[in-house]
Amino acid sequence: MNVTVKYFAVCHEMLDRSEEEMELPEGATVKTILKRLEEEWPEIAEFYEVMQMSVNWEYATENTELVEGDEVALIPPVTGGCDV
Amino acid sequence: MFKITTEVITGEEVREAVEGPDAGAVVLFFGTVRNNTGGRPVKCLEYEAYPPMAEKKMAEIAEEVSDKWGINRVAMAHRVGKLEIGEVSVAVAVASPHRKDGFEACKYAMDRLKQIVPIWKREVWADDEAEWVKPDAVYFDALKPRKTAPQTD
Repeated sequence: MNVTVKYFAVCHEMLDRSEEEMELPEGATVKTILKRLEEEWPEIAEFYEVMQMSVNWEYATENTELVEGDEVALIPPVTGGCDV
Repeated sequence: MFKITTEVITGEEVREAVEGPDAGAVVLFFGTVRNNTGGRPVKCLEYEAYPPMAEKKMAEIAEEVSDKWGINRVAMAHRVGKLEIGEVSVAVAVASPHRKDGFEACKYAMDRLKQIVPIWKREVWADDEAEWVKPDAVYFDALKPRKTAPQTD
């Protein structure tokens, strides 16, 4: 199956792309994507615990199962708004 | 109104988005670009968002406000792109029958926005160095530039 994976902020910068199509085996989960990214960017694993993932605009976990056409995103710690 | 925009955010648009005959108070909050962070001069800020998810999460925050205070008049707007010192980056408007609930709900909505709405801020310092803002010390070493270039095949 194919899913779209989006990268924002520091993830965009580090991976040098804002999104990509990924072909995944049936039964793949968010973790499948994270493992694949680790091969390219090993250090990413160090901050998985502070980073969130989303599937179809909703926060998800590593175990969230994916289906064809899903939109997955890596969400670094959010810092919108202002410091008040 | 829940929106991510590249345009200037005006007080009038967010106020109009919440006005109604049952409102006795309208609380407006604006976040603006400050000229320093911890004393270090800031040249400008750059905001990036995940717009569809950000707008969905803003709408969810409004639902939370409705559940907690029974207030259904909430608007949120966040600007993205490059913002100069003094410009409005975020606006929250709440209209309520009475001011106490309005103030509380506005603060709550803004606090929640910072927690769950996928928006990121990059500080461009006066010396032209730039970095993504860390919410705390969590970004650690993983986010230092890579030593090896990505494979391009």
